[in-house]
Amino acid sequence: MTTLYFTEEHEWIAVDGDVATVGITDFAQGQLGDVVFVEVPDAGKAVSKGKEAAVVESVKAASDVYSPVSGTVTEGNQALVDDPALVNRDPEGEGWFFKVTISGTGDLEGLMDKAAYDAFVASL
Amino acid sequence: MTETRTITGNRGLMVEERLIFEYDHQNRTAVDVPAVEPYEDRLGGLRRKGGVGLPGLAEPQVVRHYTRLSQKNYGIDTGLFPLGSCTMKYNPRLNEKAARMTGLADIHPFQPVSTVQGALELMDTLSHWLKQLTGMPAVALSPAAGAHGELCGVMAIRAAMDARGENRTTILVPESAHGTNPATAAICGYVVESIPAEESGRVSVEAVKAKLGPHVAAVMITNPNTCGLFEPEMIEISRVVHEAGAYVYMDGANFNAVVGRIRIADLGVDAMHINLHKTFSTPHGGGGPGSGPTVLSAALAPYAPVPYVVRDDKGFRLVEHERDAEGDAKPFGRMKGYHGQFGMFVRALAYMLALGKDGLQQVSGDAVLNANYLYARLADVLSASFEGPVMHEALFDDRFLKDTGVTTLDFAKALIDEGYHPMTMYFPLVVHGALLMEPTETESKAALDQFIEAVRGLAERAKAGDAEYFRQAPVHTPRRRLDETLAARKPVLRWTPPQA
Repeated sequence: MTTLYFTEEHEWIAVDGDVATVGITDFAQGQLGDVVFVEVPDAGKAVSKGKEAAVVESVKAASDVYSPVSGTVTEGNQALVDDPALVNRDPEGEGWFFKVTISGTGDLEGLMDKAAYDAFVASL
Repeated sequence: MTETRTITGNRGLMVEERLIFEYDHQNRTAVDVPAVEPYEDRLGGLRRKGGVGLPGLAEPQVVRHYTRLSQKNYGIDTGLFPLGSCTMKYNPRLNEKAARMTGLADIHPFQPVSTVQGALELMDTLSHWLKQLTGMPAVALSPAAGAHGELCGVMAIRAAMDARGENRTTILVPESAHGTNPATAAICGYVVESIPAEESGRVSVEAVKAKLGPHVAAVMITNPNTCGLFEPEMIEISRVVHEAGAYVYMDGANFNAVVGRIRIADLGVDAMHINLHKTFSTPHGGGGPGSGPTVLSAALAPYAPVPYVVRDDKGFRLVEHERDAEGDAKPFGRMKGYHGQFGMFVRALAYMLALGKDGLQQVSGDAVLNANYLYARLADVLSASFEGPVMHEALFDDRFLKDTGVTTLDFAKALIDEGYHPMTMYFPLVVHGALLMEPTETESKAALDQFIEAVRGLAERAKAGDAEYFRQAPVHTPRRRLDETLAARKPVLRWTPPQA
């Protein structure tokens, strides 16, 4: 079963066992505007919770995408590199950034569920 | 009112200018070059077989093309240029006159030093002024621009750490720093850690302390910061940084706000670059190269890069190589070919000498006064991000546009129709939908009042609900809204001839 979590940095993470998919939220893509460039990590790269793992650049700004968990990347979304507009069209689906095997067990602590994230966004 | 299209597509003096290649006519030329006599080349088969593909044009075509392009430009010579963080100040013509003097303009870096004593003395005098104005014991003139100056400072810090036998890994950079600071630290191989800003938009000693440790090589702090705010705890921050064995890099891009008012050395700074093109009015933004001399504290001075000017009983000479360094100097190397942006040294020194100490004091005074005037006269219609008074620039965010359907971008585009280059948008990132304005000391009160009326009028129009007006803007420009997204995603960087 897949469980969805969110971070205050506007990443989402879909967790199924120790496998997780990471992307940026619809709110984040709306704030960024048209995305023109994306850099995703290669398979095998180690990522750490809260550290930069990918880059997203829009006409307005360049931002880091932080990994919500520690682990090893199993796949970066090449489709996104070829067509950065996917982030705007389908941020929480086809526009995912990378998949990761979670190494730390307590890593999901402190992440928000959908309701908590929506409330967080409303408070901004 | 419907606009009637002209037959040519031109609108009065706004001419639809084609690319220069589209005027090409291969049997036309502006220069009558005699035919080449038969000759034997010694290029070993590397001789070009075809033409180079340059367009053929008559002289008036070339002149008209570039003159018309220049007429589409907006520059500081055309009007107020409130681009925050960029300090687009007027470049006095006196600077240009000095830079064109034969003895300064028509010299070559490889000339014997005995024939360029005046140029070397000029560099020495500029160094003297920069050291006097900052209270710092040394300056490296060669960095080619601000970020290059940062690199110079951080390389000096690395050299000092190496000399101490320490391998510190990290540089701390506040959120309110210039974007180039973390990039510089990363280029020098340091891990960058961010220091969060306080509610007031400033950096606190406590926040710095919390991140300090034996792994920290330096803190890079922009002061006044990029929100236009002075860092009042700077002296105390420097003290705790030094206590932790690290160095203080101050980004001096905003030195124009404090020049002649504070001595940088008194803040405990170890290295700071000075953008000659910001504080000392040399041209930039396409008009000329930047120049980023970097002042260094006694702790970092020995590591200053070559070349530098020294004076002895025979006059001025250049130390060009590390091996020629004397005394306790241990230059970390060379950062740039030749001796720095010499033409900018001339202009900056001309500005300093024209204004003098009291004049430079008035530069910072007027720059800050102008920014505060904008802040005060716009605070009730825009939304000020932080409580004033400010330093050299005024930062607003997009709260005043909430629920209007107008974005910061739309607002900036509408300002183009009013005849102004827009302010900086969406930077700094610490506030939402930023509008950052820096009037500089160039502007008179009358010019500022005119600009303020335009901004106030637009803000009222946005609040009155005329979102469509803003979505259409600009309408009076040669081109309307460009497809920035397509341009970024699929840039066309090369002209290709149309297929026959």
